[in-house]
Amino acid sequence: MTTTAGPRTVGVAHTRVEGRDKVTGAARYASEQPFDHLAHGWLVLSAIARGRVRAVGDAAVRAMPGVLAVFHSGNAPRLMTDYTSILGPPDPTLALFQHDRVPHQGWPVALVVAETPEQAREAAEALVVEYDEEPHDVAFHAGRPDTYIPEDANAVASKGDLEAELAASAVVVDASYTTPEEHHSAMEPHAVTARWDGGRLEVIDTNQGAMWVAGELAQLFSLDPSSVRVRSEHIGGAFGSKGVRPHQVAAVMAATELQRPVRLALTRRQTFAITGYRSPTAQRVRLGADPDGRLRALEHEALSLTSTLRPFVETSAVLGRVLYDARAHHTAHRLVDLDMPTPTWMRAPGEAPGSFALESALDELADRLGMDPIELRARNEPTVGPLSGLPFSSRDLLGCFREGARRFGWAERDPRPRSRREGRWLLGTGTAAATYPSGAAPSTASVTAEADGTFTVRITAADVGTGARTALTLIAAEALDVEPDRVTVRIGDSDFGPAWVAGGSMGTRSWSLAVSSAARELRGRLALADGDIPPEGITARTDTAGLLAELAKKERHSFGAQFAEVAVDVTTGEIRVRRMLGIFAAGRIVNPLTARSQLVGGMIWGLSMALHEEAVRDPASGGQLGADFANYHVAAHADVPAIEADFIDDPVPDDPVGVKGIGEIGIVGAAAAISNAVRHATGVRHRDLPLRPDRVLRAEEEAAAQHG
Amino acid sequence: MREFVYQRATDISGAVALLDGDPQARFLGGGTNLVDLMKAGVERPDRLVDVRELPLGRIETTQDGGLRIGATVTNSELAAHPEVRRRYPALAQAVLAGASGQLRNMATVGGNLLQRTRCAYFTDTSLPCNKRSPGSGCPAVTGEHHNHAILGASEHCVAVHPSDMGVALAAFDAVVSYETTEGGGEVALADFYLPVGDTPHLETALPPGALITAVTLPPAQVASHSRYRKVRERASYAFAIGSAAAALDVADGMVREVRLAFGAVASRPWRAREAERVLTGRPPEGAAFAEAADAELAAARVLDQNAYKLPLMRNLVVALLTELAEETDR
Repeated sequence: MTTTAGPRTVGVAHTRVEGRDKVTGAARYASEQPFDHLAHGWLVLSAIARGRVRAVGDAAVRAMPGVLAVFHSGNAPRLMTDYTSILGPPDPTLALFQHDRVPHQGWPVALVVAETPEQAREAAEALVVEYDEEPHDVAFHAGRPDTYIPEDANAVASKGDLEAELAASAVVVDASYTTPEEHHSAMEPHAVTARWDGGRLEVIDTNQGAMWVAGELAQLFSLDPSSVRVRSEHIGGAFGSKGVRPHQVAAVMAATELQRPVRLALTRRQTFAITGYRSPTAQRVRLGADPDGRLRALEHEALSLTSTLRPFVETSAVLGRVLYDARAHHTAHRLVDLDMPTPTWMRAPGEAPGSFALESALDELADRLGMDPIELRARNEPTVGPLSGLPFSSRDLLGCFREGARRFGWAERDPRPRSRREGRWLLGTGTAAATYPSGAAPSTASVTAEADGTFTVRITAADVGTGARTALTLIAAEALDVEPDRVTVRIGDSDFGPAWVAGGSMGTRSWSLAVSSAARELRGRLALADGDIPPEGITARTDTAGLLAELAKKERHSFGAQFAEVAVDVTTGEIRVRRMLGIFAAGRIVNPLTARSQLVGGMIWGLSMALHEEAVRDPASGGQLGADFANYHVAAHADVPAIEADFIDDPVPDDPVGVKGIGEIGIVGAAAAISNAVRHATGVRHRDLPLRPDRVLRAEEEAAAQHG
Repeated sequence: MREFVYQRATDISGAVALLDGDPQARFLGGGTNLVDLMKAGVERPDRLVDVRELPLGRIETTQDGGLRIGATVTNSELAAHPEVRRRYPALAQAVLAGASGQLRNMATVGGNLLQRTRCAYFTDTSLPCNKRSPGSGCPAVTGEHHNHAILGASEHCVAVHPSDMGVALAAFDAVVSYETTEGGGEVALADFYLPVGDTPHLETALPPGALITAVTLPPAQVASHSRYRKVRERASYAFAIGSAAAALDVADGMVREVRLAFGAVASRPWRAREAERVLTGRPPEGAAFAEAADAELAAARVLDQNAYKLPLMRNLVVALLTELAEETDR
């Protein structure tokens, strides 16, 4: 065995640096920070799906015990909502109480502030809001006449003559798929405290980007950006839902008007209502292939919904632009405006639902061709970006399939459906490809050499529970060539300067570039200082905008192969996943321990998406029915079998840190692998998620009727 | 959330006296359903009378050889009791199929029987519901009803009773004992839950203010060869979409006695007496099991989204009885 000299940094498994604080309760989450003289806010959400607020009966509520204030569209201070943040235009719900229109169920219509949360809640529930109700439409389905192509850079991409290639194809798969409305369901509900302190607005929050939130709050309240400080020390999951939401606006509004600290902590039902969700999708895939499996045509059209306020596109059709070569490509998105809340990014936005459709369709094509599904993918492996023509920074999808097939025992698979039975269970296996972009955005960071020989890193990064703080500790230690225990990483504070958010699988990559670059610069300055460090330390600070601008334009993505084995009882409709394996080519793995957890977490979510998750809209009220974890099911422990995630080497030669994103890719393809396994087990292809027992039973009845 | 008074009762007469004449007061057992409903605003009691300290926490063999289960026995204690496991195995299995370990440690037998439906219209106070708000309507009939009733429902309410435990108790002819300020009484579980009709808000035959004190299981040889199976879309911690308790006694190649009860198909645990009648005296085989299930389900009325419960329950009955019959052969 060879031992590597030098510090144990990147590539060595490290437990979380704040792990002990978290398991002992010493780590304080946003709603746990004590404040003197704290008041509590409670949002009142619209009970109707469309119309106007006619009157708010706040007089009676103001007289209730402990009530300090009631805000609504009749009395709220004006906000400035005409701006664009680093992530685009503001979410429409941030225009809190700025007009009397109700565009969807759950729209915030009032805020009650009281001395205790119980008083605030009781008063909020007692508040009578009168509406002028209008008919609403929340019915999402394919074939609506009122869909349109959004003005989005990613909306449509094409090459070649699709119809001609389909006509020339020996085999054509033409199939439609649906995925339901899904919710982020972070363990820690959203919570915020706002207060004015010495002329500065202080916000204690749980979010994916403290600078992002600070920037939008400064815009909304017309404040000097330097007078707003947002901190977000520990975060119990986010998944795209913890950006700027109405509760933060409400807290700042109340703290400003009342001149005392105000806290809002959302209930689970409120998180379902006002923190975003993934749109349902209706997708159609057409694949045309030669008898040898080579794709002539790849078409993927995806319909999703948005609110009547702002277009949000669930970009389900983008992944085919990266995954497969074909003579003709057509991938396009459509939207329909409904009286629904505005959807938002949710883990692997686009790729998660899109991969269910595309990777199911590939499996259908393999069935039709009588070809192994992995071989089919190998036949269509591109050498450059199928649409862009750009080289890949690195790509080893087939290496993932090879390693996965070896470890999963794919070679022993009998491809015939219904070929394995164990008691009441039919067994089957399936596979699917995974990919997700690996981007980076400009960020700033500082690294300080302290007089005591330690180092302090400051960056407005967010550790949403993934282990980002630990990863950045390792990155800094590597760049400084010191042991990680000499490095303290401070994150989640907007005073540390601009940095990218924890989102789009871009956080660790973007921050690593900034931290390593600052550390390198510091080492240069330390060499000049000749070991003489003043009491305030020596600080180097960098901005990666220039570095990123110099990076060659390439297709930069992570890749993976998903494998699943399922058991299906077709007499009851029950599906249980027996094992899953994911092999990923995702650049340099900074911390194998937390990286594995993140990928396994994504795969579990894929399982949950395949079998459980589905938000139900009540057609009559237009609201979500059963917005709680008793009704919105995620996988329970008993549903989660042996799951393995592992990596293959994936060097990125031209990249300064070689780090790719791993936040999203774990979920991509997982639901398709499970659905493909169900098809193998039962002979029935399911095209609608989740794979509910009633759907399995109905399919079985229909199959029996056909054969009988 | 409304402010409420919390009182702890130490004896039964004191407990019922505390509730007497106060329709807004509620007994508090494990609180695993009531407290959730209070948070949701469905229940707004002005007073909670905690009954967990009452001397009702024992499981005893009765003089005739049955079991008397105190009302405050927890679900965990019930499922772990050796006599329950030996003589009424389907009951122990049913209890263990419900909720989670933490909830079963808190939930009581009396509370389990009185838990409310999980129909999402019932638990959302912003929506109409005849059970919660009589006369407001039942949106489930035309709305979401994947997991709603196919037996014994009406156009006024199609909610299902969520209990697993109750299904096994129904199969075993349980009798509920209660106490009021006027004295005690008993009601068979078969009569405990009222028909839905046009009064879905009236759920049980208990007099106002009554406290359940015990559930008694009469002795039954057939119960010792019994099984409970619950079908749900995830492997744990979910309410049934269909469940069945079955007990089978075969003598001389014929069904001497059979017990069948269904869960998640009706507003109450559904004793399948028609199926039992069809099967008794027949050879224990698949065709007879299916015929029995069909006989019971002939009365079913399905809606758009819950028709799958017919094949589900039929398959479940056949599978359970087949397993029990095969074990008899060995």
